[in-house]
Amino acid sequence: MVTHIAHKHLVHSAWKKLGDKLCSTTVLMGFCSLSNLAMADRHGEDDSPYFAGWKAYDLNPYDLLYNPSGIIQMGLAENQVGTDLLEEWLEKHSDIPTWKGTLTSFKQTALYQDYHGLAKFRKALANFMAEVRGRRVKIDPDMIVLTAGATAGNEILTFCIADPEEALLVPTPYYPGFDRDLRWRTGVEIIPVKCYSYNDFEITFPALEKAYQEGLNKKQSIKAILITNPSNPLGLTISPQTLTMILDYAAEKSIHVISDEVYAGTVFSPDPFTSVLEIVQSSNKYNPETVHVVYSLSKDLGLPGFRIGAIYSSNPKIVTASRRMSSFSLISSQTQVLLKCLLSDSAFIAEYLATVKERLKRRNEEFKRGLKEMGIDSLQGNAGLFSWVNLRSLLVFDNLDGEMKLWRVILEEIGLNVSPGCSFHCEEPGWFRVCYGNMSEDEMNVALGRIKSFMSGGRAQEEVLLSTSKTDISAAQEEVLSTDLSVAAAVVAATAAAACTALGLDASDLQPEPLAH
Amino acid sequence: MLSKKVRLDAHGEDSSYFLGWKEYEKNAYDDVQNPTGIIQMGLAENQLSFDLLEAWLASNQDAARLTKNGESVFRELALFQDYHGLPEFKNVLVDFMAEIRRNKVSFDPRKLVLMAGATSANETLMFCIAEPGDAFLLPTPYYPGFDRDLKWRTGVELVPIHCSSSNGFKVTKFALEEAYQQAQKLSLNVKGVLITNPSNPLGTTMSHDELEVLITFAIAKKIHIISDEIYSGTVFDHPSFISIMKALLDRKLEETEVWNRVHVVYSLSKDLGVPGFRVGMIYSNNETLVSAATKMSSFGLISSQTQYLLSKLLSDKKFTKNYMKENRKRLKARREMLVTALRDAGIECLKSNAGLFCWVDMRNLLSSNTFDAEVELWKKILREAGLNVSPGASCHCSEPGWFRICFANMSEETLKVSMQRMKAFVEKNTQQCRRGGGRVTHQESGCNSRRRSLSNWVLNLCSYDREPYR
Repeated sequence: MVTHIAHKHLVHSAWKKLGDKLCSTTVLMGFCSLSNLAMADRHGEDDSPYFAGWKAYDLNPYDLLYNPSGIIQMGLAENQVGTDLLEEWLEKHSDIPTWKGTLTSFKQTALYQDYHGLAKFRKALANFMAEVRGRRVKIDPDMIVLTAGATAGNEILTFCIADPEEALLVPTPYYPGFDRDLRWRTGVEIIPVKCYSYNDFEITFPALEKAYQEGLNKKQSIKAILITNPSNPLGLTISPQTLTMILDYAAEKSIHVISDEVYAGTVFSPDPFTSVLEIVQSSNKYNPETVHVVYSLSKDLGLPGFRIGAIYSSNPKIVTASRRMSSFSLISSQTQVLLKCLLSDSAFIAEYLATVKERLKRRNEEFKRGLKEMGIDSLQGNAGLFSWVNLRSLLVFDNLDGEMKLWRVILEEIGLNVSPGCSFHCEEPGWFRVCYGNMSEDEMNVALGRIKSFMSGGRAQEEVLLSTSKTDISAAQEEVLSTDLSVAAAVVAATAAAACTALGLDASDLQPEPLAH
Repeated sequence: MLSKKVRLDAHGEDSSYFLGWKEYEKNAYDDVQNPTGIIQMGLAENQLSFDLLEAWLASNQDAARLTKNGESVFRELALFQDYHGLPEFKNVLVDFMAEIRRNKVSFDPRKLVLMAGATSANETLMFCIAEPGDAFLLPTPYYPGFDRDLKWRTGVELVPIHCSSSNGFKVTKFALEEAYQQAQKLSLNVKGVLITNPSNPLGTTMSHDELEVLITFAIAKKIHIISDEIYSGTVFDHPSFISIMKALLDRKLEETEVWNRVHVVYSLSKDLGVPGFRVGMIYSNNETLVSAATKMSSFGLISSQTQYLLSKLLSDKKFTKNYMKENRKRLKARREMLVTALRDAGIECLKSNAGLFCWVDMRNLLSSNTFDAEVELWKKILREAGLNVSPGASCHCSEPGWFRICFANMSEETLKVSMQRMKAFVEKNTQQCRRGGGRVTHQESGCNSRRRSLSNWVLNLCSYDREPYR
């Protein structure tokens, strides 16, 4: 049976090949004179529902007073639970941003563009990073490379570690932005390390090995494993045992480990957060020059707009190269000065971290309990700004199609923008990431209320789910009746070939790609 | 184990341009604490008008405090990471850019893409326009940082358009064609020309004729033009600045193909003197490019805190008008100081009307007409005169003996000290030449005054619409 998605893939694949071909030809009347990077869609933003949901929200955003029936944004992993504390701090120290309360003048700040970054800021950041890791890790400020956000940090590290067409192993489910950040301009590939719900999506040795072998079979050179710890979208820390297993695996294969720890400060469980750095520093089994951390203040401090990221590495070559590359992504010196003062206020920082953890814990528990009352399960998380929710039982079709339909129902019928598991490359359909850290508790409760009324709608709910599915099913069925897989492919290929001939291009390599699994 | 980009070290930072910096950092001049230290004249910074900025900040505390009419806007800004940029910032930026161009050109904020510095903007344009192995043509001499910014991670090649002192280093049709053919000989696919206008290191604006020749060339070859206009606000003397956009409008090229292949890079680092704030941008009429560049800007967004501060500053039209006028006046005065002092020391400069530096002719101080002699001279200037200047070779100049000397990154007193040192240096070295003091023969000596006047005579013969020397 040809599903709608399969047909769409074939068409898309053939046209994409044509498009790529057109773009790599420079003769064409000047209309397509940009690079492949600019013309193709490796940034992933056009297809992914992660971005589509954002757009829908932008058109009809919830507001308690002005638009109480609007869409509630639960697809944005922002940390707003501690913003009030930061606002208070700023009010108390209102001279600092005007350069009055600092030792650095406006002139010194404005002129400072050294890619080493302001020494005092780096020191304060190193101290903060150590604090977040319970001071069980030593962070040397001279090994910190500042970057405009973890987005830049991840790309720069990838540029330093891998050449185009080489690969990174990345456990699924993973942050959708990686498809752009790690691959787009670097030309590096991602090989997914597939994780499953039976063991709460823990990364296993067989999963790593399977992914590695897949890479070998495709003749790809694997350079690193990139983990996110705590995980986005799972909202769960990786256990010390699993981290050790990953480090052992990487050492055996002589590959790097990159640990994206942007959520380190959001761990609210009694068990402390274990960074890879802790394991590496407390043992002499591992070569510290092959283990690197990417960090940012976007999640822990809720400051994504300020673009404060960092690479931490003990590899002098990587530090030197990534520091030079950071010229393309420097942090505004104005922001460095402000943050240096904020992070140096250790009493405030200690209070802030503790309060944020407590509030996130409460949110997480309330949300999980609220869902449980409706018969909805979610992963037992201990970190992050979201829940990883299991809606598999609500799927009409236990597949990607079914998940997308459910996502649309949640968006259009319940009015919540959540993120479907497929955008995180989850292997099993039906999981959704639902964010609750970017809103007030009241708004979270409104969201829970909407889910509750939908779920207790009983027959009405079922009908909505079924009727939405039916429309698409009949359309797909029609396509099956009138089109055969190979016929569909042949029609597209013929059209594309005709276009090529008209333009004087070679059409021999325009056969559509076979459908993956 | 690491990528080729790291192993092959193609970032370009081992050139003398950066080595001079390092020498300076070890022994930096300070009028009180280290009066014999090295004076930094290799840094194109604009330090002349901070008092104006500071005064504005003092009377407009909201902007830095992240408040609006006393109310905190911290929350919105802290969360604002939209790669389309803060709308109020883009609106005032396009007004500012238009003002710099005497409102002869207007800009649409929807065609503006914000990036963390012109460094990021230039690299992004490469990624959007060229494939690895494609080439861009650049008039020499050019900013040394381009070797890193345009080539390192993109894999793009640069082919020089050789400009010569015989016509004041202007871009000619011949030079363009020659560069294009050279690229073809090297089997490189040329995607465009990148000009810096006003020029770094020349400190001159491109003439109407040059722009015409360039546009005609780009149309014929179906290639892009990138115009790096980061010094556009520093034009302090005639002729007035002509932006590439104005040149296109004058030729009524709005509805043609080339309209979509011309892109402008801008930044506030030079005009406002705020390089630390990382404010750069791309302006283009090409929708596809704007869309791709906007997404790429995720890798180098401008801090929302900084966008807010500068949006407030630039929205004060009375301030910007006064700032631009005063800033230009001060730059002009500094340039006069440097040129006069150098002339007094027997050294001529290329006649300039913009920028934060002069392009200085020290050919008559070379021991031989070679780049080795230029490096030798540069090192002598560094060690004997204690001045870090930038040798022409680091800017890919095809003729040895030219140096870029910056005048806006220091106080007036420091500039005077540097010129005293320069005068003493020239005198000492000229005397040595005359004595034949253990160096190359009198005939080859670059400090032969007869040779100098010969150069002037030749130059006068070749002068075009302006004289290259004052």
